[in-house]
Amino acid sequence: MSFGFTNVTVELAGETAIENVDLEVEPGAITAVIGGDGAGKTTTSRTLVGLLSPKAGSVRRPEAAAIGYQPEAAGTWRDLTVSENLSFVARAHGLPVVSDRHRELLEVTGLGPASDRLAGELSGGMRQKLAVAMAMLPRPELTVLDEPTTGLDPMSRAEVWRLLARAAGEGTAVLATTSYLNEAERASHVVVLDNGRVLAAGTAESIRASFHGVLGISATRPQGGAPAWRRGNHWRVWAPNGSLPPDARAAAPDLEDVVTAAAYARLEAS
Amino acid sequence: MWAMVIKEVRQVRRDRRTLAMMIVMPIMLLVVFGYAASFDVSTIRVAFPGGVPDTTNLPDVLEPVATSRSDPVDILRHGDADVVVVGDGTGLVASIDGSQLFTARAALQVFTSAAAQGVPITSEVLFNPELDTSAVLVPGLAGLVLLFVGSLITSLGVVRERQAGTLEQLAVMPLRPRDVFVGKIAPYFVVAAVDMVIVLVVGWLLFDVPFAGSVWLLALGAMLFLFVTLGAGVLISTVSENQGQAIQLAIMTLLPQVLLSGLIFPLESMAAGVRWIGYLLPLTYFNQIARGVMLRDAPFEAIALPFALLAGLGLAVFGLAVLRFRSDLAPSRAAALEPVA
Repeated sequence: MSFGFTNVTVELAGETAIENVDLEVEPGAITAVIGGDGAGKTTTSRTLVGLLSPKAGSVRRPEAAAIGYQPEAAGTWRDLTVSENLSFVARAHGLPVVSDRHRELLEVTGLGPASDRLAGELSGGMRQKLAVAMAMLPRPELTVLDEPTTGLDPMSRAEVWRLLARAAGEGTAVLATTSYLNEAERASHVVVLDNGRVLAAGTAESIRASFHGVLGISATRPQGGAPAWRRGNHWRVWAPNGSLPPDARAAAPDLEDVVTAAAYARLEAS
Repeated sequence: MWAMVIKEVRQVRRDRRTLAMMIVMPIMLLVVFGYAASFDVSTIRVAFPGGVPDTTNLPDVLEPVATSRSDPVDILRHGDADVVVVGDGTGLVASIDGSQLFTARAALQVFTSAAAQGVPITSEVLFNPELDTSAVLVPGLAGLVLLFVGSLITSLGVVRERQAGTLEQLAVMPLRPRDVFVGKIAPYFVVAAVDMVIVLVVGWLLFDVPFAGSVWLLALGAMLFLFVTLGAGVLISTVSENQGQAIQLAIMTLLPQVLLSGLIFPLESMAAGVRWIGYLLPLTYFNQIARGVMLRDAPFEAIALPFALLAGLGLAVFGLAVLRFRSDLAPSRAAALEPVA
């Protein structure tokens, strides 16, 4: 059974936080919810685990005992050791305090040698791996991780995604939110949020394929009012009608281009 | 420098709670010290089990009270009066309740002065013959320790969980709100109980504070008091966003209890309005129970009223804390627990 939303709208303090969002989180797969600050990623996570109630729409989730959750910027008790954090989760789920699962997770996260260290003393990457391990420990049917890679170096991010892939490999339905578009490639299914609404959804490939028009690269800001955005030392310019400005050369759009163009299109339409 | 001053003024202006504390606290202290801070005793309740004498010659400070008991020690132990005057054939004997320090001192002064003027009266102080301040303060201090651990430390423990974001994680775990609540406060309950024992033992060893009554009665009173203070701690945590706010609020609840509970200033000496604030504070009743049990060996029926009032306060504060904590822990907890189709 898959989990997720059907046409969910959530209001926070009278403001619409997410609107008409559909979401599918399949067992054995990773769904990435991607968006910038204020896009609605945390609201999506909190609603999926039951911390927020939708104003409209329906939510499909398993019972509490079958949910693994890591809140944004948290997930570990900093004044408990690595082992104690895992043991606490085990106790809360009525599992043996130290089990093969406990040892297995220490091994796959590489936290074995640090098992007696306080979580607060770990590096950001190690602490995040511990948080993911805690969410995975009870072998939940649904694991929800809110920005598990934010603030981590590329190596640590790759490590965290490796753990998420492992969780999905165990049959868990994994939902991870992130603000890094390049992480979409690692997920089976991607939902891009913008201002609380779904901007694009599907596989990374299908989202890329949804691009219409032509993308160009220019050394200077293109004249004529075509949608353009700076990336690095050059400008990306989008020509929905296929006609690029004269100083731009055509290029293949990547996922970031597709999402930025979609955001532009929505802005134009509104 | 101006940049710093302007930044600070803006921050203070927006921190409403600190601002309120800066303005309300001095006013509160002024009111409290003005109307409550008095060691002067205006009334001494005197029982005359052998019959009330001609009251026209009694000093105004002495107020005759009726009692159905005849034994002076029994009368004082039950708290029916502050002083009992009986005749012993050759004159009068005034038995004074030493557990009411300032009242006892005032009474001793009245009767010593009367004896000096030729009235055949001798005075004896019971329960705290040397009128030691420590004997009267230590039982109340034990309550203050419970208050400190129960309110301040508990509120910090819960707020720390919220600040770290882990309270949200607990809400999603398969733990019932009452499991989280009880699990959270149980260690503080034990620590506070151990602290109290330490204070009492140290008081006994270092200051010779007597323990005349039932340990179990005091333990029961302490347990009721702890429920109130732990509930207050959780309540404080539910309205505080960070540890700084929790500390501010805890201090705002601690200070009135120190000043208005009868721990330092006798309740009877306070102006009526301020005294009634004291009657709403749990430390007032723990103080009466602790002094009664430890110094006077008061039986349960003598301190049943403070017990009942403390239990009432406990029910109200603890119940409110549980309700607030439940909604604070998971606003849609029911939704979180039930799969939604």
